[in-house]
Amino acid sequence: MSTDSAITSDLSPTDVGGITLTAPILSGRKSRLMRKLSLLPILTGFLTLCVVLMLVVVLWNIIAGGIGGLTWEFLTANPTEGMTKGGIFPAIFGTVFLVILMTIFAIPVGVATAIFLRYYARPDSRMARLVRVAVNNLAGVPSIVFGLFGLGFFVQFVGRGIDKAFYGGNLAFGQPAIIWASLTLAVLTLPVVIVTTEEAMRAIPRDYIEASYALGATRWQTIWHVVIPNSMAGILTGGILAVSRGAGEVAPIMFTGAAYYLPYLPAKLNDQFMELGYHVYVLSTQSPDVEKTLPLLYSTVLVLLLLTFALNALAVLIRMRLRMRYAG
Amino acid sequence: MPGNTPMTELVPKHLDSASSTAPPSVKIRVRRLNFYYGPTQALKNVDFDVVTNAVTALIGPSGCGKTTFLRTLNRMNDQVPGARAEGQVHLDGTDIHGPDVDVTALRRRVGMVFQKSNPFPKTIRENVAFGLRIAGIRDVFVIEEAVEESLRLAALWDEVKDNLDGLALQLSGGQQQRLCIARALAVKPDVLLMDEPASALDPISTGKIEELIEDLKSRYTIVIVTHNMQQAARISEYTGFFYMGELIEYGPTLKIFTTPAEKRTEDYVTGRFG
Repeated sequence: MSTDSAITSDLSPTDVGGITLTAPILSGRKSRLMRKLSLLPILTGFLTLCVVLMLVVVLWNIIAGGIGGLTWEFLTANPTEGMTKGGIFPAIFGTVFLVILMTIFAIPVGVATAIFLRYYARPDSRMARLVRVAVNNLAGVPSIVFGLFGLGFFVQFVGRGIDKAFYGGNLAFGQPAIIWASLTLAVLTLPVVIVTTEEAMRAIPRDYIEASYALGATRWQTIWHVVIPNSMAGILTGGILAVSRGAGEVAPIMFTGAAYYLPYLPAKLNDQFMELGYHVYVLSTQSPDVEKTLPLLYSTVLVLLLLTFALNALAVLIRMRLRMRYAG
Repeated sequence: MPGNTPMTELVPKHLDSASSTAPPSVKIRVRRLNFYYGPTQALKNVDFDVVTNAVTALIGPSGCGKTTFLRTLNRMNDQVPGARAEGQVHLDGTDIHGPDVDVTALRRRVGMVFQKSNPFPKTIRENVAFGLRIAGIRDVFVIEEAVEESLRLAALWDEVKDNLDGLALQLSGGQQQRLCIARALAVKPDVLLMDEPASALDPISTGKIEELIEDLKSRYTIVIVTHNMQQAARISEYTGFFYMGELIEYGPTLKIFTTPAEKRTEDYVTGRFG
């Protein structure tokens, strides 16, 4: 075959020394490749379906097992008979108390950090980069490490320090307590608050900031009167995401304040408390009769899931409202 | 250099006959102003006298430095990282870059209206009251009075007086821009800087803004950046033409538009480039 025909006859595949050339040959290869590629949608689709199925199975299992036990009494009563009967009210109360305290600690610190990063630190300064690295790494630390940190730092260092300074060495704060557990959770959820707050602040139109400065506002006045009100929805979203993350964590609180069982509700900052996630752990591993606790376990998990989903849904709703406001 | 024209020559012809021959008083005197964004020089040796209670228009192609110049007059460029100004800008004889100048007080005296209307997502009343509140004024009656007065000055009162607690963002574009003017006027400035205040508005709203500027100039010194030659010719007494960071020519508007001294000015105002 002459080279001439190899160039001109572009409708027939041509073989030149074992190497296929010209467009039709390439498209022939491509179709073979395409046939291979068409497996990919099937494969990826199948794997996606697996993910969905797993979620469905988990949810179905929990709902089917738990819905029957989800009574008013279950939600409002104390555990009885070695936790094989009764309800989970102390755990619900403890969880709510815990995350409220956590929010009180996490939001001001997180918002202040976001303000510092965005409005005070120069973006490429060593300080700003250091804070950013710290925040990112904080988000990657395993939660059990937070638990140990909380025990070592808050309980044993800060708590004992307070006891020595104010209680003459008597045990008051130097033991696991709700304040230390909530502080530990606050440290854990801080990155969420910082990142969402910063994001909300970045979304504030530059025009608002300029208008404020042009009216003679100082930087702090601009932050207080323009930046914070306009990022309030973002701050709330961050707070709710932090709560939904924090409400499900067990590892950080098991050394720092959560109790196996308490006959009373926590009333003081240095009381211990019961908590839903920890209660699940207790019911499933620490109970004298695991078989008998099983129905309660399902219902407890269902309550925990519903609580977390509701908080996430609230966060999504708030974010939607935030978007609508800036679109208008 | 044309920028150094003695003030007496700046008196527009049509004012000459009406008023006395006394030279107009200078509100802002700019001398040898150089401005840099990092290594880039945005303004080169600008000398400029802003005349009291008159409208001064700044014209020139995009990127010529007119907005930068406007924003140096109330030090809004302080906000831009890496920006720095050299030279003198005197407001009523005081150097605004002086060490003991309070920049927030300066900005209360030299108000600003932006190209894109930017009311806060608050009520109409709270928008106008914003500057007063941050200035520490708490007295409800003082604020109410200032809100009404400013809205009247901005020719918006009749349209919004029954809806002061309505959201500012629900107003039309033209109303929003007049609200921004009212907001700027509420802190009682002497000077009003306007950066293409009508460029995003329809012709009717633009007409209203222009009328408003006409009304305001007896009480305020107005400096306005505009891309619209007709607008500059219609509303201003003085015009400065900027090109590539330099003030090419500055004088009475009539002279700039009819007998400019510089070829580049003539080319620009007749639309041959820009």
